[in-house]
Amino acid sequence: MNLRYDERLDGAIQRVDKATVLAALQRADATLEVLHEPEALRPFECDGLAAYRVAPLLVVLPSHLEQVAAVLRTCHALGVPVVARGAGTGLSGGALPLEHGVLLVMARFHRILGLDAEARVARVEPGVRNLAVSEAAAPHGLYYAPDPSSQIACSIGGNVAENAGGVHCLKYGLTVHNVLGVDVLTVEGERLAIGGEALDAPGFDLLALMHGSEGLLGVVTGVTLRLLPKPEVARVLLASFASVDAAAHAVGAILAAGIIPGGLEMMDNPAIRAAEAFVRAGYPVDAAAILLCELDGVEADVREDAARVRELLASAGAVEVREAADDAERARFWAGRKNAFPAVGRLSPDYYCMDGTIPKRELARVLDGIEVLSREHDLRVANVFHAGDGNLHPLILFDANAPGELKRAEALGGRILELCVAVGGSITGEHGVGREKINQMCAQFGEGELVAFHAIKAAFDEHGLLNPGKGVPTLNRCAEFGTMHVHRGAVAFPELERF
Amino acid sequence: MSGHDASADLVERVREAIARRRPLAIRGGDSKVALGRPVDGQILDTRVHHGIVAYEPGELVLTARAGTSLAEVERALEASGQMLAFEPPHLGAGATLGGMLASGLSGPRRPWAGAVRDHVLGVRLVDGRGALLRFGGEVMKNVAGYDVSRLMAGSWGCLGLVTEVSLKVLPRPRVCTGVRLELSRDEARARLAAWGRQPMPISAACHDGDALHLRLEGGEAAVRAACDRLGGEPVDDAYWTALRERRLPFFDSPAPLWRLSLPAHAPSLDLQGRQFIDWGGAQRWLLADDDLDAARLRTVVATAGGHATRMARADDAFHPLPSAMLRIHQRLKHALDPFGIFNPGRLYREL
Repeated sequence: MNLRYDERLDGAIQRVDKATVLAALQRADATLEVLHEPEALRPFECDGLAAYRVAPLLVVLPSHLEQVAAVLRTCHALGVPVVARGAGTGLSGGALPLEHGVLLVMARFHRILGLDAEARVARVEPGVRNLAVSEAAAPHGLYYAPDPSSQIACSIGGNVAENAGGVHCLKYGLTVHNVLGVDVLTVEGERLAIGGEALDAPGFDLLALMHGSEGLLGVVTGVTLRLLPKPEVARVLLASFASVDAAAHAVGAILAAGIIPGGLEMMDNPAIRAAEAFVRAGYPVDAAAILLCELDGVEADVREDAARVRELLASAGAVEVREAADDAERARFWAGRKNAFPAVGRLSPDYYCMDGTIPKRELARVLDGIEVLSREHDLRVANVFHAGDGNLHPLILFDANAPGELKRAEALGGRILELCVAVGGSITGEHGVGREKINQMCAQFGEGELVAFHAIKAAFDEHGLLNPGKGVPTLNRCAEFGTMHVHRGAVAFPELERF
Repeated sequence: MSGHDASADLVERVREAIARRRPLAIRGGDSKVALGRPVDGQILDTRVHHGIVAYEPGELVLTARAGTSLAEVERALEASGQMLAFEPPHLGAGATLGGMLASGLSGPRRPWAGAVRDHVLGVRLVDGRGALLRFGGEVMKNVAGYDVSRLMAGSWGCLGLVTEVSLKVLPRPRVCTGVRLELSRDEARARLAAWGRQPMPISAACHDGDALHLRLEGGEAAVRAACDRLGGEPVDDAYWTALRERRLPFFDSPAPLWRLSLPAHAPSLDLQGRQFIDWGGAQRWLLADDDLDAARLRTVVATAGGHATRMARADDAFHPLPSAMLRIHQRLKHALDPFGIFNPGRLYREL
């Protein structure tokens, strides 16, 4: 099997022919732009998980909210599934189209509707790019904190759907911590105003529930964002360690000492070497691990904290601690980390990025485990780690053209995520489940949790028309997955193709 | 770690309640009983299930059973120089962690540090089918499945029996000091808006009608610099606890108390009664005149972008929901509690 929607495992989908849906949509709103020719559909066949492609039945490109509501009402009446898409940068196939479904593209809603510097609030349409918000806020000394690595292209609506993170989450939070309100259209095309500019709202916390719901509960049509004042100063320390264990202990020591860095990133030796060869960041290539620690805030505090962190790093066994002397060196230190993925990409024809999270205390054990698994599967792994918040991105190097390597990489990826779950972590910290990790959900959750998830889904979308097959696996799928798991003994997720 | 694990008994109680279709009134320390609707159900006391399950300061995570007293949790954190940054009001000596989560109430630091929900990482709960489930976990980032953990914050026990909570905890600031500045409400609002755009170490801001009270927290040099710049008279640390617990002189009144949650920058509302402004303007307390028209108050507050809570044991304590929202609430309640056994009517009659 592969990642395509499988009606036997994911649930039956009603077939409505293209002409009928097209006619109904045009009847609902004559001005709505609908793409239906095969060549017009092609650019929408995939999102950031580009190896998987499915042409949707139709693509709709609304430019008014009334049109979005009309699309939802029409599809609901016909029983046609709807997959919402923002900028299409997601890494887990959350916006992968359905052959018998409509792809609802929200990209034309790209206006910043209002930015109130005094209230530190921005109201934006869902298609606004993440970075565009900070750019608009910059003249007021403000910015929007969540900064996923795709921030130049990814949209705010997609950020809400995935609860996007970034490298500053420990101190500044995820998307859910920085959004005050969302407007949502339900599957029936009914408008819900969730949250607002006040700090709380009556009733259940639906705002939290919408975050990370991957387009399964509603379509986000407007977002109210909280803006923060830009930190006065930032300093970066680069510490090298002779063992991963020592670096991991340094992370715990910094946090336990009462310092919350703006960014705290770790790289292991393969990742250091790859990055250094690629961008010449000045990293120590013999170190077993490095830590990058960025301290930001009010100048006097940052100065105090930097001195304390230096001491903590030294007593944790750092071989060397360097502080970026100026902005250029600071940018260079970060360039190595930010280019770690493409740098690793140069070492190998293909690589696969995992997104597990673990309690920080388990880091050394998990990295040891990954090393053992890496040898067992005869594939190299480089590790970069959002150390402050326990989000591990192992990069598995392989060659899809070499016989058997793809399958070994799949198996290794599955085992790594199982390891994360086994130490109390999660299969995904910030990339989402989407279609990519639908089977691994069966490893993280039992039947009871899945039943509850489906019940929540049904409360918003009784007939399962919003983004079916994503986010939460059916019990059938997990039963099948479980059977296969047992049949094949030790090999985890044998049926999974993820590339 | 100490305490007592009574989760098997709690599951049994819930299953019994489901079998007999007899609603449960979930109770911890009963410290929030004075807010919201009364529940007609068999009392289930969570305090049998108590104790801190896991706490490592370097992880910035604490996990404890729902019946653990909030005071015990805070003592453990304080011993390691950490805190619950959202400063939950206790409102009584026996407040429990479960009640803190269920009520979702946060203290003076809320606008700067976030609310209860912002610090919830995971829960274990018994659902309306009698299953003990786990959502979220002990990690800062986790986007697998819907965020049921945060949904429990402020749900008043209507969606399940939470048995265990994992929370993000933070270091206590190295220095904390308070200043009192004699400013009118409007002047205070203008100053706060300007300070909000600068990296000022403010962690509480309230106005009692006569003066603005600010709390400054952070490193020594930064706090000292801010104090020098602001001037004013010093404010004792105990003031913020009294504010959190609503024990300041303002609250010592027989008049009906309302909580107005508003955008911080919303203009002063002309209402019948006396007001005390907290959360830099986002939470306003109103001691209402006896002849206050509740419906009119709610309309005025909603028009300004907020909602109003009657701080009393009353049928209409919580701001009514628009019909589309109420429908979603009813369906969500039914999804997680199909037999309606968890605190029916605690939040709204229809739930």
